[in-house]
Amino acid sequence: MVGIVIVSHSETLAKGVVEFCRIMAKNIPIEAAGGLDDGGIGTSFEKIMGAVERAQQGDGVLILMDLGSAVMTTEMVLETLGDDTVHMVDCPLVEGAMEAAILAEGGMDVLAVKAEAESAREVRKINK
Amino acid sequence: MTNNAKVVELLKQISDKIDENAQFLTELDAAIGDSDHGINMARGFKKVVEDLPGVAEQDIGAILKKVGMILVSTVGGASGPLYGTAFMKAGGVVSGKMEINADDFLEILEAGIGGVQMRGKAEKGEKTMLDAMLPALDAMKAAGTADTRAMLDAGVAAAKEGVEYTKTIIATKGRASYLGERSIGHQDPGATSFTVILETIAEAY
Ligand SMILES: Nc1ncnc2c1ncn2[C@@H]1O[C@H](COP(=O)(O)OP(=O)(O)O)[C@@H](O)[C@H]1O
Ligand SMILES: [Mg+2]
Repeated sequence: MVGIVIVSHSETLAKGVVEFCRIMAKNIPIEAAGGLDDGGIGTSFEKIMGAVERAQQGDGVLILMDLGSAVMTTEMVLETLGDDTVHMVDCPLVEGAMEAAILAEGGMDVLAVKAEAESAREVRKINK
Repeated sequence: MTNNAKVVELLKQISDKIDENAQFLTELDAAIGDSDHGINMARGFKKVVEDLPGVAEQDIGAILKKVGMILVSTVGGASGPLYGTAFMKAGGVVSGKMEINADDFLEILEAGIGGVQMRGKAEKGEKTMLDAMLPALDAMKAAGTADTRAMLDAGVAAAKEGVEYTKTIIATKGRASYLGERSIGHQDPGATSFTVILETIAEAY
């Protein structure tokens, strides 16, 4: 199954998104990589790297990030890993994570899940 | 000429200077960011100094790459991947060298700044560290390497002007960009930390 990693400046936020995704995706590997190693606010190269390695079951991993250094640090993890089945997803964190988790749970392949999660950007919450 | 032992010494001096300026840098970040730039940089360079003994005997390229890796792993904010990439790219242009001269130094700076641009996708005028870095590099190239003292002084002067310039513009990259117009009037923390680093290098020469 495709694995998912949630990268955030906040440990609580990353864990919260994982908890929220678990409601509808009980079996996928999904890992939180939030905050610094000491729990402070920021993003940690090591935490992200460790989370990606745990989430990788051989079917690829999608990483969803909040902003700024979360994106840049994740980029550096990808360059270091050199694993072309690991991808960053450019989408709203909560909506994209939920979408990705459900589809990964359904057994969809990594690039298809990525494309669907990215389309979460277009979905409106309130229809005008 | 500078050898690897002097580079290690210089990194310690940079760490001390960052530490001295940590509160100031954090105050600058409080105005247009999240009050952590000084804390982030001080945490990163503290770890650099702790880990330096392990690489002090190696070539300058290896030392700079190691510094980059440590910064990426410990800084925590945007400046981590940015300065981290800068040092890693800088190390790449002096791989295997136990000694460097002023021409190498310009190449190091150019590669490092290229790394910041690659990572952060920012340009001049977006109120980032690049607004000190790019003018400093241009000024040093224009001054030339024949007189290293004059070259370094020209770089520091241009970096300081760059910091002043950041007060006049709106941030369009990084966390400060969320403030829009409200970012005007404040100098950029990253441009300031770069200037502190360059000043330390110039003073040590
Ligand atoms: N995309 C970018 N390109 C270049 N520099 C940037 C970029 N984003 C942020 N910066 C620099 O990083 C500095 C802030 O660093 P820091 O406070 O450590 O990180 P954070 O913004 O994540 O809290 C800014 O003052 C700016 O100079
Ligand atoms: Mg900050």
